[in-house]
Amino acid sequence: MSAIAPPFPEAARKQLANPQLRANLRRATSTIKAKRALRQAEMADWEELRAAAAAIKDRMISQMDVYLEQAEAALTRAGAQVHWARDADEANSVVTALVQATGATEVVKVKSMLTQEIGLNDALRRAGIAPFETDLAELIVQLGHDTPSHILVPAIHRNRAEVREIFLAEMGLVGRPAPPDLSSDPNDLAAAARAHLREKFLRAKVGISGGNFLIAETGTLVVVESEGNGRMCLTLPETLISVVGIEKVLPTFQDLEVFMQLLPRSSTGERMNPYTSMWSGVTPGDGPSNVHVVLVAGGRLKALAEPAARPMLRCIRCSACMNTCPVYQKVGGHAYGSVYPGPIGIVLTPQFRGLDTPLDRSLPFACTLCAACADVCPVKIPLPDLIVRQRHKVAVAKTADLRPHLEVLAMAGAGWLFRRGWRLALAGWALSVVGRLRGARGAIGPLPWPMSRWTRARDLPAPPRQSFRAWWRRGSR
Amino acid sequence: MADPGQGMRVGLFATCVNDLMFPETARAATQLLRRLGCEVVFPPGQTCCGQMMTNTGYFKAALGAVKAYANAFEGCDVVVAPSGSCVASVRHQHAMLARGGGSAKLVDRVETAAAKTYDITEFLVDRLGVTDVGAFFPHRVTYHPSCHSARLARLGERPYQLLRAVRGLELLDLPDAEQCCGFGGTFSVKNPDVSVALAADKAANVVATGAEYVVAPDNACLMNIGGVLTRGRAAVKPIHLVEILAQTEEDHR
Ligand code: SF4
Repeated sequence: MSAIAPPFPEAARKQLANPQLRANLRRATSTIKAKRALRQAEMADWEELRAAAAAIKDRMISQMDVYLEQAEAALTRAGAQVHWARDADEANSVVTALVQATGATEVVKVKSMLTQEIGLNDALRRAGIAPFETDLAELIVQLGHDTPSHILVPAIHRNRAEVREIFLAEMGLVGRPAPPDLSSDPNDLAAAARAHLREKFLRAKVGISGGNFLIAETGTLVVVESEGNGRMCLTLPETLISVVGIEKVLPTFQDLEVFMQLLPRSSTGERMNPYTSMWSGVTPGDGPSNVHVVLVAGGRLKALAEPAARPMLRCIRCSACMNTCPVYQKVGGHAYGSVYPGPIGIVLTPQFRGLDTPLDRSLPFACTLCAACADVCPVKIPLPDLIVRQRHKVAVAKTADLRPHLEVLAMAGAGWLFRRGWRLALAGWALSVVGRLRGARGAIGPLPWPMSRWTRARDLPAPPRQSFRAWWRRGSR
Repeated sequence: MADPGQGMRVGLFATCVNDLMFPETARAATQLLRRLGCEVVFPPGQTCCGQMMTNTGYFKAALGAVKAYANAFEGCDVVVAPSGSCVASVRHQHAMLARGGGSAKLVDRVETAAAKTYDITEFLVDRLGVTDVGAFFPHRVTYHPSCHSARLARLGERPYQLLRAVRGLELLDLPDAEQCCGFGGTFSVKNPDVSVALAADKAANVVATGAEYVVAPDNACLMNIGGVLTRGRAAVKPIHLVEILAQTEEDHR
């Protein structure tokens, strides 16, 4: 997708021009943002919890190898088979082979960001295996031949009427059709999805999940969800394959108490999520008898290799940062051209994918540095600092390019100007000449390129007749 | 009123935006500080906090401004700037830049400079201990807290305390006050469409208050909000917080 995707500003312009999308986004993000703030406000020890979460994650990051081996040993003891995957391709082929070994041609899936990240569904389809998403919003996205636009509410860009149309047109093609008299009432839509999915749950031989946490000491996997559809996938099939990022490991079971207070409040604005499933390997006679865990490194190694980038690995994918991001609120997730949109997305995506495409180079700049995200992040990731660091990498890449960039020259010029006070005095004098020629102060309207990028829709103040410095030199009165 | 600033020698960091484009703000800061009894100095070697280069990723280009800052204010006990954003950059970014591009000595020097740097609202409320600065401004105003001033410099309640003590002033609540105005430095020209969409929301909220003035602790935000307001021929005028605080009853006579 990244090779042909347009850079962010262009993609954003297209999304901005869609009033339906803007209305859906405004409604959804403002509701969830307000709920999160309410849930935070009622916790007297919120700041302590955040600090604890950050500290636990940092401990895990600094000794990830130790905890991963501990997790592998515990999982194996509990009857699960552990597989390691260096990257997306390896992970996909491991999972595909595991499904093929069961003889199944379809799988039911629990909502998982990692399987989106590695493109597992496409890999399975190429191998003749049909993956069925069972999270309601993921189902809407999959049936709509669409891509997710939010990590928690992947169909945040759709409203009820659109969902109804998708259900009517598509459900019948892949399973139980929606009733022909389906209304756009949320209860009706949910009932149609339930009936459609139930058939799949009861038939499925293989379930595929991600994992929110993996406890090293016990080998316990944890999936946090709202609908219970995940629970169905985790308990009904004979074979369960969990694809988990290596940064999901947590040292001890007790660490969960911190994250279970932070995650639901930060993501859906609930005190507690409706379904939390935990399992450690195989329990005979209860749930899947064939349990696999695929641990995926992927771009995480690139983040580990750079100490300053490591805090991004604390992320628990709660999505609070995107809900609070003014840029995300305006354009939604698709413009980011990545499964990870919003503040954490513009940090993770260039780290994982690199900075080779115009899109990936534009991502770190899809941010006003308003810092609202840093205040809500439950694991205290210094998102604005990490974003500035990604920008620095882009600047270094642009400076090294054979093709000269206007920006590189402009910034070098600004750097020169701001090195000495007298240079600024000179600039102030030049501006004041313009100011005096114009006479009255007041607004300057549309100007030609490149000033048009500012003045197309807003005025620019006219320069003053005298810089501050000049006023000071003349006796400051 | 007594002179709470008596005996204080204050280095004024005008900031490049105010020096070049909004000298009235830096002049107001000078007048206000003098009225409170401070001695104000303006070291001419100062330039800019370097934020525009830093936040666009050009760390090396920003280093000149960082050094100029540490040099210029070496002899001052306190440095005061009418911009929470520039103050936040001095505090949070200068040491990082110095570490990346200079010697340990430079890190030391910029950390010393950062530790004595205040936004003017912090200086007034925390150092001088005043919220009533004797100002008079008989108008309806609404306050935009500015992202960097609110969330990086953490000015908190200070600007509101100062505004509430201004005689004649009526402070109106701004809906969604803490939402970004969409300026974002080079964001405003790299992503002009999103920037303008956010500025338009902010301007609409400002107009809805019925205020005559929109006040902020940072002129960059005001330039953005004001640009949309004047293009839309709205009557609301942008004004920097210190320009209100500097005005007294005499100015209005
Ligand atoms: S960066 Fe923080 S706020 Fe954003 S999704 Fe991750 S944990 Fe949540």
